[in-house]
Amino acid sequence: MHYFANPARFTRLAGIIQPWAGALAAILLVVGLYLALVVVPADYQQGDTVRIMFVHVPSAWMAMFCYSFLAVASAIALIWKHPLADLAAKASAPIGAGFTFLALVTGSIWGKPMWGTWWVWDARLTSVLILFFLYLGYMALWQSIEDGQKAAKAAAVLALVGAINVPIIKFSVDWWNTLHQPASVLRMDGPAIHPSMLWPLLIMALAFKAYFVALLMARMRMELNLRRIRALRLAERTS
Amino acid sequence: MTRKQRRLYIVGGFMLIFAAAAALVLMAFEENIVFFYSPSELAQKMKEQPIPPGRRLRIGGLVEEDSVQRDADGVTMIFRVTDTVDVLPVRFRGLLPDLFREGQGIVAEGSLAADGTFVATEVLAKHDETYMPKEVAEALKKAGQWQGDPK
Repeated sequence: MHYFANPARFTRLAGIIQPWAGALAAILLVVGLYLALVVVPADYQQGDTVRIMFVHVPSAWMAMFCYSFLAVASAIALIWKHPLADLAAKASAPIGAGFTFLALVTGSIWGKPMWGTWWVWDARLTSVLILFFLYLGYMALWQSIEDGQKAAKAAAVLALVGAINVPIIKFSVDWWNTLHQPASVLRMDGPAIHPSMLWPLLIMALAFKAYFVALLMARMRMELNLRRIRALRLAERTS
Repeated sequence: MTRKQRRLYIVGGFMLIFAAAAALVLMAFEENIVFFYSPSELAQKMKEQPIPPGRRLRIGGLVEEDSVQRDADGVTMIFRVTDTVDVLPVRFRGLLPDLFREGQGIVAEGSLAADGTFVATEVLAKHDETYMPKEVAEALKKAGQWQGDPK
């Protein structure tokens, strides 16, 4: 881990990873969308509306994955003070917020024809909405504190407190009666999705993950450059 | 103990406390987090502390087979919702969602009438976690491997 504590070394590596991850994401997205929108047969109950699932489910997974990543990076920043951990946490927040927004919107569009409503206040939907607000609050906290180190610490504490929400989202459908259906893929007796639909879903999930890596690398490089510019300006003023 | 270890224990300790606090809050509010009652949960509640007619609540379960009828006025639907243990008669006047049919899971919002029927003002279809192509569903039915209509 400490090998990458050197910003120049990390920037170089990130510069190599970013285009590859971006290209992988683009290819997987094209293949995945083609399979999901054209090849996959209509569902026996939902008909063509099932195709929304191929965007909704990977977004929802990423919404939770990004927050877990953010929380782990925040813990590393607080405990081990790794110099890149704060940056990684800060850089992943807007990406996670974007995925959460996408999951909420696509879920709503699916819910109208299938359930008969755009929105209900059940445990799953409400906890995901809270996740979205946690992302926004986290980003706002970074912006509202001038001192970078203090901002990082406050934001990390908020991120860790909010991490309690991630298992609540995951298990909300098992712990309480909800309108949202329980998990289809990660469940005890194997996926309840036919393989012809499961594979496109997994390809889309991989595409989203690769997209996350590419964006994360770009955002972290940007943050590092901003930090360097600030340091240079400061040096100029004092000299 | 190094400073890193100390920080690790502090952060870990706080996380445990927060998790415990969250768990207590969620348990205390369980009544409000539950989105709907199944017919047998409702029957249980009525025994313990009857819900007065007219109070809004949601019930959920499967639409019982061969229970859907149209009332004499032609627009009110009458059906029974079951969780295979208890049964609750439901009256509803309005638009039913596309997925509504016998054997389908639904959630209805409304209130209990004096005669014990549930008068719904909104009916939502509850989709289950099974996804499969039409052809596969038909093949399964033909082969006699169908697990019954989804819950």
